[in-house]
Amino acid sequence: MNYTFDFSSIGSYLPVLFNGILVTIELIAVGATFGVALGIFCAWARALGPIWLKPIVAGYVELIRNTPFLIQLFFIFFGLPSIGIQLTEMQGAMLTMVINLGAYSCEIVRAGIQATTKGQFEAGWSLGMTRFETFRYVVLIPSLQRIWPALSSQIVLVMLGSAVVSQIAAEDLSFAANFIQSRNFRAFEIYFLATAIYLALAITLRQLLRGLGWWLFPRKATR
Amino acid sequence: MSLIEITEVKKRFGDNEVLKGINIDVAAAEVIAFIGKSGSGKSTLLRCINGLETIDEGSITVAGAQLLPDEIHLKALRLKVGMIFQQFNLFPHLTAGRNVMLSQMVVKKVTEKDAEAMARNMLDRVGLGHKFDAYQEELSGGQQQRVAIARALAMQPMALLCDEITSALDPELVNEVLAVVKELAKEGMTLLMVTHEMRFAREVCSRVVFMHQGRVHEIGPPEEVFANPKTPELNQFLGVTEH
Repeated sequence: MNYTFDFSSIGSYLPVLFNGILVTIELIAVGATFGVALGIFCAWARALGPIWLKPIVAGYVELIRNTPFLIQLFFIFFGLPSIGIQLTEMQGAMLTMVINLGAYSCEIVRAGIQATTKGQFEAGWSLGMTRFETFRYVVLIPSLQRIWPALSSQIVLVMLGSAVVSQIAAEDLSFAANFIQSRNFRAFEIYFLATAIYLALAITLRQLLRGLGWWLFPRKATR
Repeated sequence: MSLIEITEVKKRFGDNEVLKGINIDVAAAEVIAFIGKSGSGKSTLLRCINGLETIDEGSITVAGAQLLPDEIHLKALRLKVGMIFQQFNLFPHLTAGRNVMLSQMVVKKVTEKDAEAMARNMLDRVGLGHKFDAYQEELSGGQQQRVAIARALAMQPMALLCDEITSALDPELVNEVLAVVKELAKEGMTLLMVTHEMRFAREVCSRVVFMHQGRVHEIGPPEEVFANPKTPELNQFLGVTEH
């Protein structure tokens, strides 16, 4: 082994790398926020929603969970323009992440809702709350609390999976790493660095989500 | 006119008819105990009055609000009549005070300030003014049930339904809950309770309803029903419960 490590050759590309990090953060911020929101809506629909909506949501969830993320991305970015829906790389990447996380988080949140005792619903109803109000004010927060660790893991997975969006030339961290490697041919150094940055991002995201959990759920739910 | 009118109510779960034509009129400020074996339909009847179960025939009205299956009618009915459950059913993510405030703000659109004042008032009434900021795991079963009572009272219902509210409690906690109920009765609240506390029923209730196989088998003032049961079924039931 007579390879000489040279991290200095990355120096001039730091702005590219930095921009890539920002794009990855932007992707996961948008993807997680709207993805989880979509997931909560779908979980409500599947667990408590009107009967006509259930098969539609179930179809969406099964479609997304049983196809590769890369193909979903290609379909949205390369396929949709054929029917007149033209998206930028970032729009395509974000939309795919939202749709993908929406399906997975639907199933996670649904598990939390379905673990709610009947008595919680009945207490809400008996106080005059509508079905929706009972879901919103009584059922939702304890349900999210139950599944928060699983949901957090899924969000981190989607963040890591977002590396794939470099395939449609969305300029995220992976795209930046590929770009730099193609210029200076320092594959070991740049992918080592990219790995370390993804690791740091994932750990930071986990801690953020844990903190958000503490803020959202001040007390342990006992049932 | 009666506050609660239950007329020819029939209720089926599939092929199983659990209520076979119930007629009871309840005047304001009456306290009524429903007794009977499990499966006699007493809990189902109580749940129907709050709209937690639908009925197949007959009608139920509370102060003019009729039991109908749509959300507008259900809400109108539930604003007239509150319910307390065997399992307390406090909202675990909210403090005792917030439990009492929530439905006021959501359903009645009361401001946060007024809801809090009402919550403090109601918690005081059940002897838990000092527990406003406590979560359910910091409260004993008896305290949780008293918070549940305060929560129902804060909606200012005309009647309260109590579905075996002391059955999940340790024996030493039963009395603190019954004391609150007794106080409510004294203040003129209309109460319908499914209970196994025969001594309490005898002491506090204006009428006792003995239910058997989905029908009102005997009904009358407690001294009559307990001292002088007319049917062998009630005789046997009282023999079983009172040793």
